[in-house]
Parts: sequence; C-alpha cells; structure tokens
Amino acid sequence: MIAIIDYGMGNLRSVEKALEKAGAEVSVTRDSDELRRADRIVLPGVGAFGDAMDNLRKRGLIDVIREEVAAGKLFLGICLGLDLLFEESDEHGLHQGLGLLPGRVELIPTDLKIPQIGWNQVSIRKKSRLLEGIPDGSSFYFVHSYAVVPEEESDILCTTEYGCTFVSAVERGNITAFQFHPEKSSSLGLKILSNFAS
Amino acid sequence: MLTKRIIPCLDVRNGRVVKGIRFVNIRDAGDPVEMASAYDREGADELVFLDITASHERRDTVVDLARRCAEELFIPFTIGGGMRDESDIRKVLKAGADKIAINSAALANPNVINRCSKRFGAQCIMVAIDAKLVSAGEEKQWEPFVHGGRTGTGRDAVEWAREAVERGAGEIMLTSMDTDGTQDGYDIDLTRAITQAVGVPVIASGGAGNLDHLVEVVKEADADAVLAASIFHYGTYTIRQAKEHMAAAGIPMRLT
Repeated sequence: MIAIIDYGMGNLRSVEKALEKAGAEVSVTRDSDELRRADRIVLPGVGAFGDAMDNLRKRGLIDVIREEVAAGKLFLGICLGLDLLFEESDEHGLHQGLGLLPGRVELIPTDLKIPQIGWNQVSIRKKSRLLEGIPDGSSFYFVHSYAVVPEEESDILCTTEYGCTFVSAVERGNITAFQFHPEKSSSLGLKILSNFAS
Repeated sequence: MLTKRIIPCLDVRNGRVVKGIRFVNIRDAGDPVEMASAYDREGADELVFLDITASHERRDTVVDLARRCAEELFIPFTIGGGMRDESDIRKVLKAGADKIAINSAALANPNVINRCSKRFGAQCIMVAIDAKLVSAGEEKQWEPFVHGGRTGTGRDAVEWAREAVERGAGEIMLTSMDTDGTQDGYDIDLTRAITQAVGVPVIASGGAGNLDHLVEVVKEADADAVLAASIFHYGTYTIRQAKEHMAAAGIPMRLT
C-alpha cells in the first residue's frame, strides 16, 4: 500500500488518482500508524515551506517520516515534498526542513518569470529505477518559485534549464524526489509513478 | 528550456461541452472528460474549462466538473465560471482543479485575489481579463468587461492586469473581445501591452484562425501560452500539427 501524506498542503487528489491509474493501492492519510504500515510513502504538496513544516509538526508527522525513511522505506517527494527534504529554506524567512538530505532551498536564480509555470525538459544525470523508460530530455510539468541546492553532487538525479541550471530531481538510496509534477505530466509522468508503485 | 503551451478551451453547459466536436474515436462527443482525455493523448499541454451554465445553477456544476476531470485527466486543468468567493474557489480546488480562473468576481471584489492567493498559492489563481479596445489613438487603451462581456468596468485593462498580479494572481488569461470569434488572429497590441506590464505568464486568447496566428502571438507579443477553441474542436488542425508548426518556427514546444 502507498500512503500519501495528508498535511493540509494543496490538492492531493490528483496524486492519488494518478497512482491509482498506475495500478497502486493508495491511502491518503495523516495517521502515523498507517504510514508505518505502508510499504511506500509519498510526500506531495504545494504552498509555502514554513506552513508545510508547521503542519507536519502539528500533526506529529516529522518523526515518523524520519524513522520510516531511515528504515529504508521507499519515499517519493513531489514539488514542495522535494524541498522539505532539505535542511533549510529562505522562503519568506528562514525555515528548518526535514533535513533528510544536505542542502538548501532557494528562489530560482533566474531572470525569467517566477513562478516557473509549464513544461520543461530534464537532463538525466544518473540511473534511477523510477526513470526507467523515460528518455533523456523528456518534458514534465513544473509550477514552482524555489529550487533545491543539494550539497552532495551525487544526490542530483536531474537538472533543468530555466535561465539557469537548477536541480529538478534528487535521489539517494530509498529517497527520490521531483520538482515537477509527475501526476500532471501525462503519460511520461504516469510512467514514473508506475515505476515507483511497482 | 521552458516550452510554450497550447491550451484547448472547452465551453461547458450543465456538464456538457457545447461546441461542435470532431473527435471520432470517442463515445460521447459532449462529455468534457472524454474530450479532454482525447486532447491529452494528442499532446495538449493543459486544458481550460469554462462553465457557461446559467449562473443560478452553476455552483454545483463546476465542482462536479472539477471532480470528474480530476479522475481521468493527468495534465493540468483550469476551471472558470461562476465562482464568486473564497468558498466557491476552495470547493473547486478541493475537487481537484489545478487552477481556477476568476473574472467578474475579481473585479467586483479584488481582495478575493489576495485572500485566495495567500491561502491556496498564487500558482492556482488565474485572473481572466476580457478586454475591449476603447481608445484607438496613439496610445491604445482597453477596458476590462465582466459578465461574459456584457458590462463595462470603466477601468484600464493594463492597469487592472498589473493590480491583479500585485494582489497575487499567478497567471493572466487574456481574451480580446475585438478579435474573439473572428479567426483573424490574436490581438497582438493588447497581448504585448499586458505581457510587458506583468511578470507572470500570460495566456493569449481570442482570434486564432490558423497556425501562423499561434506563432505570431508568441513571437510578437511574448505570450507564454496560446488558448484556442474552434481551430481544434472543428478539426481544422490537430494539436500535433500546431505544435510542429510552432516548433518549426523556432518556438520551444513539448513534442513528446
């Protein structure tokens, strides 16, 4: 069973439906025990970093996420769910993140329009089970103003050009996370989710 | 590189698509979800549904539409029409719409933009502007109209776009009332005036009649996305043809 963490940050319905389309059994939950029982965990989300951490804290979800990830459970972060993995963000003041990966979250260093809204290509930097069947240079749907700056080069899974080169996906062990929205990226996005689910 | 988007627009009344449809491989040519899925398969980057149900019946139909689309559609979609306040908007977003478009409600009560942008995020708040040329002198001026283009507001469209973005609109969907339905091409001057005034993406709408029109509004007016209805619904062109034409003109497009 795949648990999608419900912490009051944006529309989870499309993630749920897309994973179901990929053939997975899905539960949208804020219950720690259910997260422990799940064999895969998804942290989605749109909105502000600080609010998101507050919500996770209020619902007592921070420790369970850390424990389950440390125990090796497959973990997928999407958009804000990628940003939250890092140590800190300067979005509307300085905020501490989950700190599962070393690095920061910063405003995209670009002269182009912010937020970036639309389809952009990814350069795949290393092999990943989740990207099996995804051609290098494929386009995915992005909606974001901030981007992650990992400290470890080896955590970088994909990069994307937007008046600068930013990190559009990361992977370390059982953690994979995307800045773009696979659930909104048509058939290639569904392919990624189906790779995650299988 | 960020690609330019092609966005088919579907007018929906009482849960049914109202414009004529060319798709032959779908069972029900009036079903918005089935049509939308067909556009997704063809490569549409995004979809807009405008609910044109009589306003007194509309609140429930938009929520239902959002819910049904969210079940089947795996590209972003926007729903517009009939949402008056934060509570209407919340229901439609919660039902699964990625973005909502507001027009009359935003002009009647601009604070709704601030509140919704803060609460739901700027990325899902699109302000739709229906603008009409009111002064054709050296410095052209356009006025935003509301209630389906029936009522003037006495405002300046460029100023209003700027204000909407300052209040938190994440995108502007700009329809020229002068070119809409003409198939003579988008309103380049109006679109350029708005893209130069705001720092968020602008979706050009109204007047697409051939594929060069799509190229023109992107190249000459710097539109981020092109919205079109008739040229796709009536089968004049496929999305794929439109994308290839734009790509051949040097515009970055998603072709996969």
